[in-house]
Amino acid sequence: MFVPCDRGGGSASSDFKGFTLLVPAVSVGNVGQLATDLVISTLNMTKVGYFYTDCLVPMVGNNPYATAEENSMELSINAEVYSLPSKKLVVLQIRSPFIKNKYRPFCQTLLSWVKSSKCARVVLLSSSHAYQRDDEQLLGTPLRYLLTPDLEKAVGGLMQELNWKEMEKVAAYPGINDTEKVLHIPGGGITKLLFTESCSKGIQMAVLLKFCSEGDNIPDAFALVNYLNEWLQLVKSEVNTSSQWKIPSSWRLLFGNGLPPALF
Amino acid sequence: MATFFGEVVVASSRAGVDDEESAEEAREETPEDREIRRELEKKREIDVLWTLKSGASTESSADEPFVCSKFIVAIGHNAAAFLSSFILDSVCWEVVGVAKLWNEWCRTSNTTNVLPTDSFCLFYQLISDPTVLLCQCSCYVAEDQQFQWLEKVFGCMRKEDLQVTILSTCPVADYKTQESTLTLPSPFLKALKTKEFKEEVCCPLLEQPNIVRDLPAA
Repeated sequence: MFVPCDRGGGSASSDFKGFTLLVPAVSVGNVGQLATDLVISTLNMTKVGYFYTDCLVPMVGNNPYATAEENSMELSINAEVYSLPSKKLVVLQIRSPFIKNKYRPFCQTLLSWVKSSKCARVVLLSSSHAYQRDDEQLLGTPLRYLLTPDLEKAVGGLMQELNWKEMEKVAAYPGINDTEKVLHIPGGGITKLLFTESCSKGIQMAVLLKFCSEGDNIPDAFALVNYLNEWLQLVKSEVNTSSQWKIPSSWRLLFGNGLPPALF
Repeated sequence: MATFFGEVVVASSRAGVDDEESAEEAREETPEDREIRRELEKKREIDVLWTLKSGASTESSADEPFVCSKFIVAIGHNAAAFLSSFILDSVCWEVVGVAKLWNEWCRTSNTTNVLPTDSFCLFYQLISDPTVLLCQCSCYVAEDQQFQWLEKVFGCMRKEDLQVTILSTCPVADYKTQESTLTLPSPFLKALKTKEFKEEVCCPLLEQPNIVRDLPAA
């Protein structure tokens, strides 16, 4: 599934042993994907390969992180891998939705790639429908985390120090039996599947998610990426937390073209 | 989400995985479900049939990959019509293959003598240079069939020294630009190219944030 790029680095550029893999879930508001765009764009990460998969809707365009004429002509497709060896970070960006009935095979292939490339841990950026929160969740921070048991042992204490809130479980049969609790992430796409599979496969995975609704999700993306930064410290924290992230050029015109002057 | 009329509807989400769909998959698949799914998959399979020089028809999988230097693919009615009007003729080109498929939007016609309004996917070979192939694909290839089309068509040809040109059209209204598309002189050409393509491109490259999707993207 993973096809390395033909760069001078050769196989060295696709050695991810001990790296942290950052992946977005295609979820409500595309917040995970937007946050991932911010990480790739700000850290100026190098593309090291892509996923050749029949599970995602095809799309292609020119370099979404272009900053100048010279770097704007590289083709970009729906699932690409970027790396920053200095921070032991590898990022998979997903740019299109899953084809019907294909999300399960994709999850299987992704997790087996995680194992074969020997990534140390996976951080999944996601979101969940804000309107499905219960009364308690309506108050306080809209950001939540989840850790697989293997990662809990390693960083559980750090989450306590950061004063982060763990994603609450909900009753499996609300109103009938409140004792049996299950994980429910509405609008989270493949988040729950990836998390439960990682738990059973012994993969160290953290899920970072934000409650949000569809709309202008740029502020949600900033909130999620700053949340991620509290833990991974990818960029130096500034007082103005939105200025430390670089918005990619592909975010232009998210809400349509210019208006025809004849309208006025 | 509440609408103007006060009823509550489930807002469609960009998440891409409906909760209903995932709940459905979570159920155990019965043998009947499996049978239905297999039948549906068979119905949505693409058949690519090539006519060899000797005139015999054969399944694409039995063939040796054939040598191809240039492969021009026209996707959609407009691009297919362009080729019909300006390039194709019965003197220089002959039909050497057909792709048959079905989906909710179209079924390809069985004949190779097609009308411009039909849905079809035909492959032509230049008689004077048999390494030059052309494809007119005016039928809509659904997203779950695009990968299959790709593998079955390109699986038959040698990819070394192959130059592929894809012709397609998109509505001007989909073009993202700072000005309004109302005042934009249209039609206009834009291109995307791989870094291996070293020749001059005859028009400007597609600017960010525009993208190409469906079969041309695949």
